[in-house]
Amino acid sequence: MSTHDITVTINGATTSASVEARRSLADFLRHDLGLVGTHIGCEQGACGACTVLIGGRSVRSCIMFAVQADGAEIQTVESLAPGADMHPLQEAFRRHQGLQCGFCTPGMLLRSLELINDNPDLTAEEAREGISSNMCRCTGYQYIVDAVLDAAAEMRAEEG
Amino acid sequence: MSGSTGSAGPTPAAARYVGQSVARLEDPRLLTGGGRYVANRTPPGTGHVAFARSTRARARITRLDVTAAAALDGVWAIWTAADLNGDVGSLRGSLVLPGGGGPPDHLLADGDVRFVGDPVAVIVAASPAAAADAVELIEIDYDDQAPVLDFETAAGRDDLVHPELGSNLSNSAEAWPPEVDEAMAGADTSVQAVITQNRQANAPMETRGLLAEWRAFDETLDVWISTQSPHETALAAARTLGLAVHQVRVHMGDVGGAFGQKVFLGREEFAVMVCARRLGRPVRWIEGRSENLTSSNHARRDRADVSLGATADGRFVAATIDHLEDNGAYSNGGSPGNGTMACVHLPGPYRIADVGWRTATVYTNTCGRGAYRGPWQIESVARELIVDMLARELDIDPLELRRRNVLRAGDLPHNTATGLTYDRISPSECLDQVAEMIDYDGYRASQRESRAAIGHAVAPNGGPPDAGTLPGIGLAVYVEPSAIGFGALATEGATVRVEPDGSVNVYAGTGSHGQSLETTMAQIVADALGVHPGDVRFHQGHGTPYGFGTGGSRSAVIAGGAARAASAGVRAKLLRIAAELMEASPDDLDLGGGAVSVRGTPARRMTVAQVAQAAYMRPDALPDDVSGGLEHTARFKAPPVTYSNAAHACTCEVDVATGAVRLLRYAVSEDCGVMINPMVVKGQIAGGVVQGIGGALLEEMAYDSDGNPLTTTLAEYLVPSAAEVPAIEYGHVVTPSDTPGGHKGTGEGGAIGSVPCVFNAVADALAPLSVRLTAGPLSPDRIRAAIVAASG
Repeated sequence: MSTHDITVTINGATTSASVEARRSLADFLRHDLGLVGTHIGCEQGACGACTVLIGGRSVRSCIMFAVQADGAEIQTVESLAPGADMHPLQEAFRRHQGLQCGFCTPGMLLRSLELINDNPDLTAEEAREGISSNMCRCTGYQYIVDAVLDAAAEMRAEEG
Repeated sequence: MSGSTGSAGPTPAAARYVGQSVARLEDPRLLTGGGRYVANRTPPGTGHVAFARSTRARARITRLDVTAAAALDGVWAIWTAADLNGDVGSLRGSLVLPGGGGPPDHLLADGDVRFVGDPVAVIVAASPAAAADAVELIEIDYDDQAPVLDFETAAGRDDLVHPELGSNLSNSAEAWPPEVDEAMAGADTSVQAVITQNRQANAPMETRGLLAEWRAFDETLDVWISTQSPHETALAAARTLGLAVHQVRVHMGDVGGAFGQKVFLGREEFAVMVCARRLGRPVRWIEGRSENLTSSNHARRDRADVSLGATADGRFVAATIDHLEDNGAYSNGGSPGNGTMACVHLPGPYRIADVGWRTATVYTNTCGRGAYRGPWQIESVARELIVDMLARELDIDPLELRRRNVLRAGDLPHNTATGLTYDRISPSECLDQVAEMIDYDGYRASQRESRAAIGHAVAPNGGPPDAGTLPGIGLAVYVEPSAIGFGALATEGATVRVEPDGSVNVYAGTGSHGQSLETTMAQIVADALGVHPGDVRFHQGHGTPYGFGTGGSRSAVIAGGAARAASAGVRAKLLRIAAELMEASPDDLDLGGGAVSVRGTPARRMTVAQVAQAAYMRPDALPDDVSGGLEHTARFKAPPVTYSNAAHACTCEVDVATGAVRLLRYAVSEDCGVMINPMVVKGQIAGGVVQGIGGALLEEMAYDSDGNPLTTTLAEYLVPSAAEVPAIEYGHVVTPSDTPGGHKGTGEGGAIGSVPCVFNAVADALAPLSVRLTAGPLSPDRIRAAIVAASG
């Protein structure tokens, strides 16, 4: 198995590593860098639990090779609350019970952040359609939709 | 630590936090990537497990060669049935009685394979990739045999899933008094239907997995596992490995959903523990998604031949069910099916004087059956569908027909014809509330108008209609047997300890896997001890009192009862000590806001921390008959069953050209007694309802005619996404149960009621076309085929 040298910027810090060609980005984040907040739900690109942002766009890290991320700017769930306070999106998920078992949550948060960044004024329908990329087996989704809308309003107010 | 059940303190605890939507204490770590899931723990030197599985549904293994796989770099061990099966004890769960029957205990397939996915060999390797590579190099030759796939004909087949058993019939039971047939024959009207449910998968977002580590010189097995039942895991591991229970430490972190799948250990989980013990190093298995879908457990594959007889004015007089369930090859936990449980609940929320039932469970060469959120749910599906069919037969509105038969307050307590006794339930109140919420009468009026407007367009020239949408409304009412308490299920234990600094730890035998017990149990304890829920930490797994775990809608009632009893004991002691220190009577003390004060003299006050400090550090200051420390252990014994109930209503529109269903509104009126945390109750209902919507419209574990699974990824097995489900609207009726706190279980109800509710809404939409729907899922192609068939 061939190995390749890559350099990536993860949550603002630049890292170089040597990875096997078949190493998935998800495994690279979890096992090589210890960023275990990125969860693996299917390794088939279907469920969205492993979603991370690359250049602000959501990507399923289980079906992307680490070598493909060479030179990329990657954002994982660990970036959302770097200090003592949670991100407004995380606070909104907590207020609205947008999670139960928590396994889909990191991917759901990052997909939601992308949606809000793309359209800070998104409607309930747009939020619902937008998160339909990510599966949740616990919540029935409504409280996630509510959390996304509430977070978007709060983030607009902070921007304003 | 005392072992007795605690008595209430001199002043009863006031509910401050119970009843409030307290924000979840588990959330901050789960939201920030700090969840403690088993796959996040990788000690140095961990061996990674993969299983080689049968690719045949029923076959004899004629050659099994692991030579090439064993030679692969990084492979540490490959073991087959010949290596391991003789080395382990019973694989049965605690609920299976000795001599309870069931299929043979095969850790790994031994000679025969009995479904596609049957584990044949276990590999331990230096990395998951090396283990996966080794699976590909294992050579297996098979002598194929005709598989038993159709559960409706399995019992009569000479081809046997388990030749050792001599029959494909696993178990059967019946209670069908002759007067039932007489009552049915005497009914003015009766309707019959054969209803079959689609095979479904629990599909938790986190698959199964565990990390096991044998410490040879400590003779101890440490296990980190995704489970609903840490104590069941410890007991089963000890039994299987020939260890004492105190040699097994089961650690419980966060669990990414289960819905019944992770109550009992599967064969793979036993195998991982055996590997860990043999290798003397940490060994981990994280189940793949395709394995989870095809080899963990399936559920809901039932057939119900159901009949309902009534008077001309729609009073139910008799009901019967002939039920058959598909057990697959190896049921999860080795327990027989839920048939009897399903059948005795057939009467549900209605007065029906005569009920007959019969049930049978059969083996097939498919993935074994396991528990899935409301495992007996076929009773509600069969009953609520046949009620709507009777309504159409009698031309009585389905809501009105239910109102004529539903149990009312004056009927309680009510003994069903099947031997159950209901009390403290409110099905008629929930039915009325949900009808109001969904504006049932208004919907019917607008439906009549739209049906009239498109009346001729949907059946042009007698051919199948090819344009337009039809509106439909559905109802479902049920009584849910929550918190069933017998044998191992009857009790839960809890220890509550106030530490010397006043902080509180709670230890319980539960297995919270998304139910928010870390919050709800803290609410109960906080009320008893006059502290904030945030001052209470909740612990599960090793070191906690035995409990069956979390499942069967049991934790609010049974674990809640244990937490309540244990904290009452601590409260009494805390007040006794405080009274001594403040020279007051315990009866004159108030406890709240983290402090004890003398009633009427708020300045005479001690914090809980000061009392706790004295309890541990100033033994001479305590009353003579009070020992030091501030903790109490209690067990709560639950009633045999605590009934909750609900009514569901939804509206939909069906595109007659494509068969696509769009759900428009969904309302639930639920009575789960006193709610510990209304936000959590809504979350439980919402999740259950959406799983049921999936079961009604989308989800089907399919096999081809050779027994190969066809839905092996989440791109094929269609779990609902946000786009397919509506917002859920909630109504509550509160009838306290007779258990401490007045709670009832509500974890499963959503998934029980939503399948028949959605079915009835779709059937109602298609009623003008005389379409009859009796098999799920109601996929577009199945609905369109039914429309075409009805117009032909």
